Amino acid sequence: MSAITSDILARHNITPAEYQTILKLLDREPTFTELGIFSVMWSEHCSYKSSRIHLRKFPTKSELVVQGPGENAGIIDIGKGYAIAFKIESHNHPSFIEPFQGAATGVGGILRDIFTMGARPIAVMDALRFGPLDDPRTGPRNRRILEGVVSGIAHYGNCFGVPTVGGECVFEASYAGNPLVNVFALGVVRHEDIFYAKAAGPGNPVIYVGAKTGKDGVHGATMASAEFTEESAAKRPNVQVGDPFMEKLLLEACLEAMKTGAVIGIQDMGAAGLTCSTCEMGSRGNVGVEIDLMHVPQREKGMTPYEIMLSESQERMLLVAEKGREDEVFAVFRKWGLDAATIGTVIPENTLRVKDHGVVVAEIHNPALTDAAPVYDRPHDAAPYRTAPMRGPAFASADLLADLTTLLTSGDLCSKRYIWQQYDYMVRTNTTLGPGADAAIVRIKETGTSVAMSLDGNGRYCYLSPREGAKLIVAECCRNLSTVGAKPVAATNNLNFGNPERPEIMAQLVEAIEGMAEACAFFETPITGGNVSLYNETRAGDDLVAIFPTPVAGIVGLLPTRTPVTIPFKMADRDVVLLGGLGFCDATRFGGTQYAKQVLDDLWGMPPAIDLDYEKRVQAAIRHIIADGLAESSHDLSDGGLAVALAECCFSPGNIGAAITLDSGLRPEHLLFHEGPSRILLSTADAVRVSEIAAGHGVECPVIGKTVEGRLSIRNRDILLLDSSVETLNQQWEEALESLLRGTA
Amino acid sequence: MRFGVVVFPGSNCDHDAWYSVTHNLGQQAEFLWHGSERLGNVDAVILPGGFAYGDYLRCGAIAKFSPIMKAVRKFAADGGLVAGICNGFQILTECGLLPGALTRNRGLKFICAPVGLRLESTNSPFTCSGRKGQILTIPIAHGEGCYTASGRILDELEAEDRVLFRYTSNPNGSARDIAGICNAGRNVLGMMPHPERATDPLMGSTDGLLVLQSMAASLTVHS
Repeated sequence: MSAITSDILARHNITPAEYQTILKLLDREPTFTELGIFSVMWSEHCSYKSSRIHLRKFPTKSELVVQGPGENAGIIDIGKGYAIAFKIESHNHPSFIEPFQGAATGVGGILRDIFTMGARPIAVMDALRFGPLDDPRTGPRNRRILEGVVSGIAHYGNCFGVPTVGGECVFEASYAGNPLVNVFALGVVRHEDIFYAKAAGPGNPVIYVGAKTGKDGVHGATMASAEFTEESAAKRPNVQVGDPFMEKLLLEACLEAMKTGAVIGIQDMGAAGLTCSTCEMGSRGNVGVEIDLMHVPQREKGMTPYEIMLSESQERMLLVAEKGREDEVFAVFRKWGLDAATIGTVIPENTLRVKDHGVVVAEIHNPALTDAAPVYDRPHDAAPYRTAPMRGPAFASADLLADLTTLLTSGDLCSKRYIWQQYDYMVRTNTTLGPGADAAIVRIKETGTSVAMSLDGNGRYCYLSPREGAKLIVAECCRNLSTVGAKPVAATNNLNFGNPERPEIMAQLVEAIEGMAEACAFFETPITGGNVSLYNETRAGDDLVAIFPTPVAGIVGLLPTRTPVTIPFKMADRDVVLLGGLGFCDATRFGGTQYAKQVLDDLWGMPPAIDLDYEKRVQAAIRHIIADGLAESSHDLSDGGLAVALAECCFSPGNIGAAITLDSGLRPEHLLFHEGPSRILLSTADAVRVSEIAAGHGVECPVIGKTVEGRLSIRNRDILLLDSSVETLNQQWEEALESLLRGTA
Repeated sequence: MRFGVVVFPGSNCDHDAWYSVTHNLGQQAEFLWHGSERLGNVDAVILPGGFAYGDYLRCGAIAKFSPIMKAVRKFAADGGLVAGICNGFQILTECGLLPGALTRNRGLKFICAPVGLRLESTNSPFTCSGRKGQILTIPIAHGEGCYTASGRILDELEAEDRVLFRYTSNPNGSARDIAGICNAGRNVLGMMPHPERATDPLMGSTDGLLVLQSMAASLTVHS
């Protein structure tokens, strides 16, 4: 009698063809537990089966890269014997089902990825995307999801004691049924203290530490690999519950245990829990792991082997210790009040063997779960999905100041203080530049140098052109780092897309990967790891709503430790310089801008054009200017273009504004609000030297005005485009998000 | 002189406190494990910020039972300087070493922000290096920092000049804008703002050094 029915296979997201492969690999029918193990290891989430062949296109090496993709986090050298480990991960699906815990455990998961490498986490950032807060139909739910996600991130990060130093928060209708929660974490480690998730030495004990195993999150990885339906709410028990206090103890205990020298390899139990950690640790070391589930600390009685192997209970780690030195490891965990138990041993054969009270319930050759996992070259010969036209509507602004106000009070561009004030962004006293800046900076006390980081995505650009959009994202992310004086050196990415089984969605994914690969190679920021989140679609009745293709780049840069250059103008009567020049725009290239979205409620054409070579020179120039101490303030131009960037430079308690006079043939809407890249605003007391440096890099550098007290005015040639009190704009910008969240905007 | 920084499971500003003493104040500091029943050879004790024991049950409610707190009580009773910062303040009120309680912020959200503090009294070993009325910029980072006490206790604190810091713009709903107080013996301080986060120009303020410098100065006088 065959116990495995097609219904059971469907519930495990295993296709009939995949099941035939399983039968061939095992040369027999799988047990139910084995089927569960295959289902999680072969899930999109764990196996990257739809994206793997394309991810190989990313550049992954440079002389700074110590560890590229394939480990829990990427690692790069920062000099003086130290390295940083960093990575981004999504927790999109859980955050929709249960926003608070979904986001909280997203933070927990990525923190474990960092400290399992031996690195102490010192910074977190989040890229968040929700449905519009003021949408008449979905607004109330979008607001509730935002509040829950932000509280969840705050709860976990604040208690754990890692500063949340920045991120982004964007609103778009396509995220209403599929919010995106991408969490980035970064840690610091001495080179000789780096640990890998590799088992070695047959006979060595396999030790389980941390929280007990419960039934929560059974099948989280397969949930994250399917479209949402209206019934997804019934999957709530799949979302795990996080305990940041336990994680903090686990952090301290793991780092201390590693110091004993008795630990050989260590891996966190994240997606697919015990299954993934046992199989991957064995596989990486070309050995196997044999465990007996009766030794696994359990939260409740009567759990089946299937449930124990697939549980995604949080705050658990698996480590391999040196035989005979177990007590040194146990002593550390006892000191921190944590459960630790030997649950098995390393075995010479490359096999995962799971017993329950001595009886084998699963025995699978490791490569069957990892190397032999299906890899699909999904069809992507269709044009990337888009319905937006190439031509936009005819329009003429009635009031440019009103347009600027609309932009500044929109969810995308308004102050996010309400969000980041809930995060402890200062704990560990390393944050020299925190949330609200172009990039965050944390100093590394151990080396006396600093690390800058930025997260950037733009679903609208990528929807119009996944390839061009992905390049623009990388360019902006690098520009953000350069704007604070840091040299971009390495990247991680989170690829959020819809259903890859649809060729027009797969085409989005492939083009975005290729665009990102090209730009990362160009900017010399190899990708050291990341995450792919697919099936971000919601089926509502007959409609299938996919998110905008949303690759998010997380790039880190290096710089000396010093007082940071920040966005606001510092004093009146300084020259305002637009490094990179006024840029270019036409009607087609205006369709992806925030102006098109917020003022015209439209989307068309193509994203802004970019000349990568010019972009690189602009960035080199600003780093040079900052290194020479010539910039009193600096801010890159991005969403909302020149007018929004100028307004943001005016927002400080000092209310220093600017009187700007431009000289351009562009129409005023384009001139003020186009989003052409490669531009940075700075104020300086020495415009002559700034322009010499810019010239040396072959970059335009017009002086466009002077800082003044209290007002922002912008003229083009003889025509006054807008003039406003800085304080009024600042107040509207500061208060907008809370109004939106109260539903009173 | 030597500062002891208590490490509870869940303390997460312990290292910051240690670093500010050793690197920015220029004195010695060591960590004191919560399971220890003695303080060893320290001249002052800091109960740092964080989430001791996960803040389960109530902030500070479990920490007060940890072995080291017995030694801290004894140390305080003998006149030793004890400074509780943020979670440390919460623990001190739970222990009864300081009056009142810290409850959820008005607005019910965690707030991390630099705030203005007015130095209300220089008559303490924690503020003696300052000037009465001086305005300091020191960050807060808490979800439960709303200082609450009966009217009688509040009157008493004021009558005895035991309110050391007040918020210039009350961020959390604290009674009478109170940000920091001391005990009747004036040797135990509790404050919600984090002075250790304002001890280096790179952090945007060095105003927090005043607290550490005052402690060092008064210890020098007495030793």
